[in-house]
Amino acid sequence: MKILVCISNVPDTTSKINFTEGDTKFDTNGVQFVINPNDEFGLTRAMWFKEKQGATVHVVNVGTATTEPTIRKALAIGADEAIRVNAEPTDGFFVAQQLAEVIKNGSYDLVIAGRESIDYNGGMVPGMIATLLDMNFVNTCTGLEIDGDTVTATREIDGGKEKISTSLPLVIGGQKGLVEESDLRIPNMRGIMMARKKALTVVEPTGADAATNDVSFDKPAAKGAVKLVDADNIDELINLLHNEAKAI
Amino acid sequence: MSVLVYTESENGKFKKSAFEVASYAYAVAQQLGTTVTAVSFNAEGNDTLGNYGVTKVLNISNETLKTFNAKAYAHALTEAVEKETAKVVIIGSSTDSKYLAPMVAAKLKAGYAPNVVDAPESTSPFKVKRTVFSNKGFAHTTIDTDIKVVGVSNNAFGAKENSATAAVEDFSPAITDADFSTKSIEIDKVVGKATIADADVVVSGGRGLKGPENWGMIEELADVLGAATACSKPVSDLGWRPHSEHVGQTGKPVASNLYIAIGISGAIQHLAGISASKVKVVINTDPEAPFFKAADYGIVGDAFEVVPTLIEKLKEFKAQNA
Repeated sequence: MKILVCISNVPDTTSKINFTEGDTKFDTNGVQFVINPNDEFGLTRAMWFKEKQGATVHVVNVGTATTEPTIRKALAIGADEAIRVNAEPTDGFFVAQQLAEVIKNGSYDLVIAGRESIDYNGGMVPGMIATLLDMNFVNTCTGLEIDGDTVTATREIDGGKEKISTSLPLVIGGQKGLVEESDLRIPNMRGIMMARKKALTVVEPTGADAATNDVSFDKPAAKGAVKLVDADNIDELINLLHNEAKAI
Repeated sequence: MSVLVYTESENGKFKKSAFEVASYAYAVAQQLGTTVTAVSFNAEGNDTLGNYGVTKVLNISNETLKTFNAKAYAHALTEAVEKETAKVVIIGSSTDSKYLAPMVAAKLKAGYAPNVVDAPESTSPFKVKRTVFSNKGFAHTTIDTDIKVVGVSNNAFGAKENSATAAVEDFSPAITDADFSTKSIEIDKVVGKATIADADVVVSGGRGLKGPENWGMIEELADVLGAATACSKPVSDLGWRPHSEHVGQTGKPVASNLYIAIGISGAIQHLAGISASKVKVVINTDPEAPFFKAADYGIVGDAFEVVPTLIEKLKEFKAQNA
């Protein structure tokens, strides 16, 4: 089985968010970039398939050369090869078209992408690549079992979960649940050394256009101070929620 | 050239969000000087969509579509878009809708803006405001393709009554076996309880609850308020509650009217997940807990003393205001 894991290079979850250039760009100053957490679950699941079922695992990222430390981390975790599509990832549709081209050229059986990246929260790339390539697709995937070409996937739904039967070739939008958080891997020294020797192929983007454009950004208005209510005066809390906040 | 809206239903009944997206579609149609056509799947009471400005409903009655299937639904919706020559497609933000929307967009070669929180700022260019960076920022985004797909955040726009008469027309999209290459084989879902995505009120517990055996009072408080239950990341990591209840940057976002956090200190990732909620209440023993900076109302106190009293007082309040 040949697996491609799509890696997004995103600000660490604790990052403070600021904008620059007249609020038209995300301010990367002082921001630590990491593998998108939803992709990290997918990558670890792919490593499980590699070790238990003999899969080959490639990773791909659409990004400029600045994303290479993140790609190398994926290689250090155990991916066999990496591809970087040399382009600024301007919008989800653009990224999906670049990834679709890589998938088409690489004949992958299973494509794992995170259900969304934690920066722009588009949640669109896995569904778009599956549709562009007419591949089967399971989103918000929290469990994946593969036997030959037969796939049983579990996905999260609002208020519960759903079991789905499908077949390879398949795209999943993965998330926490694909593996336990405690199973996520931190690259060790041997992995880091080996990653230096692994192939990182840079390909140029196709001529696809972005479909959307983030013209400007702003931040939520600053919040007023919390109103503290005495623990012995619950009536006051109910009064505030009913009369002031109109929330109950 | 109507605005097309996907109105989500469950067991034949429209979800609350269906009326919200219909209201949003009406606001877009007003700006564009056109009308709203809704697509409904096996739902009863299609004419009620008229109350939210819908003038035409394409009603799909098809046994094979009783259970949500993203590929088949995407096929049906795109066929409806072509039939109506729609230029704007409005979809909600449930887990199913977010599964569906990118597939519809890719089929139509359309730009998709998710997590939209307000009516379009302009229609030429078509510009919307949406949350990014897990609610820590907003982007003002233009959709530059001929057809536009807009994903509306839950509880952001609200259901707004706009009295119209909805003409209901049967619609039979040409669904084939190829549309069912993924099949639902089992659904495990709590029936009759509000979900985080739909709920007006969410009651959420953290590690301060000390163990899963103490969740009874969270559930009781949620019952009194007609709320969904949720939890912080450590709680789901410890297996006290399922991941589907994990709220935060790597869990579910919450955009409820009221969010009550009990025994949750308020890590930055958790606060990002709940910042779209309108009113936030925190109950925590630690007055230095970061959640107090994000909350509207707070009680510094022991959850095991405060919550049972709150339940009793709310029961009294409800009895008096019934």
